[in-house]
Amino acid sequence: MTQVEVVFWIFAVVAIASALLCITRKNPVASALWLVMTMFSLAAIFVLLDAQFIAAIQVLVYAGAIMVLFLFVIMLLNLGKAGPSDMLGWVGRLVMLAVAGLLAVELWVVGRVAPADALVRSGESVARLSEEQGAVGMISEPLFRVYLVPFEVTSLLLLTAIIGAVVLAKRRL
Amino acid sequence: MLLGPSLTVSVILFSLGVAGVLFRRNAIVIFMCIELMLNAVNLSFIALAQQLGREGQVIVFFVMAVAAAEATVGLAIMIGIYRHKSSLNVKEINLLRG
Repeated sequence: MTQVEVVFWIFAVVAIASALLCITRKNPVASALWLVMTMFSLAAIFVLLDAQFIAAIQVLVYAGAIMVLFLFVIMLLNLGKAGPSDMLGWVGRLVMLAVAGLLAVELWVVGRVAPADALVRSGESVARLSEEQGAVGMISEPLFRVYLVPFEVTSLLLLTAIIGAVVLAKRRL
Repeated sequence: MLLGPSLTVSVILFSLGVAGVLFRRNAIVIFMCIELMLNAVNLSFIALAQQLGREGQVIVFFVMAVAAAEATVGLAIMIGIYRHKSSLNVKEINLLRG
């Protein structure tokens, strides 16, 4: 096992353990904080997979902005203490475990299939591109050329989300 | 070569997210589990992008923007629901049930 693999598995175990704690904690604030831990570990894994810029915005946008929004709403609504029936009973838990396990097995089998040869490009390695153009340039070049229209549509989507959030959450306009 | 292990971790995280959605009744925790699933999908995108080209990383960028929009609107809806019901338990939110 190489050094990179050792580091990968450390962060993978942390990510899975904190995801497990996230879905089992009764207190929503504890759940949110464990989810932040999962996101930080995923950011570390992204760095190992040659996606440094995505790792940075994972920390900034996900762990920073989105999770702060979640914590803000939890504390605004005073949900700090768990209700009596937040989790399902034992029958529900068994059904849930069966469904999730079945899904995991299905996804694992799909993951075993090797990608088609047409998908595998030759020579365009992400590590080499990132050395040539920089970690940000590697992403911004296709983002502002090939994906320019989706990028602009994203800005419209965010504007719609802002307006929608204000309209929904405000008591009277 | 981290593709296989990354996809395995992604599968486990996605299934944990699905389990959380089925298992919890607090609407905000269900929402956090959806974010967990989005993160698992992002991980598989990035792992495959290492092999198949950088477009996967661009798609992850878009997924993050959509997730941010979804979180703001969803949390605003939850504030609205809490105002009416004084609870976020999904068992009690049954206005659309026939």
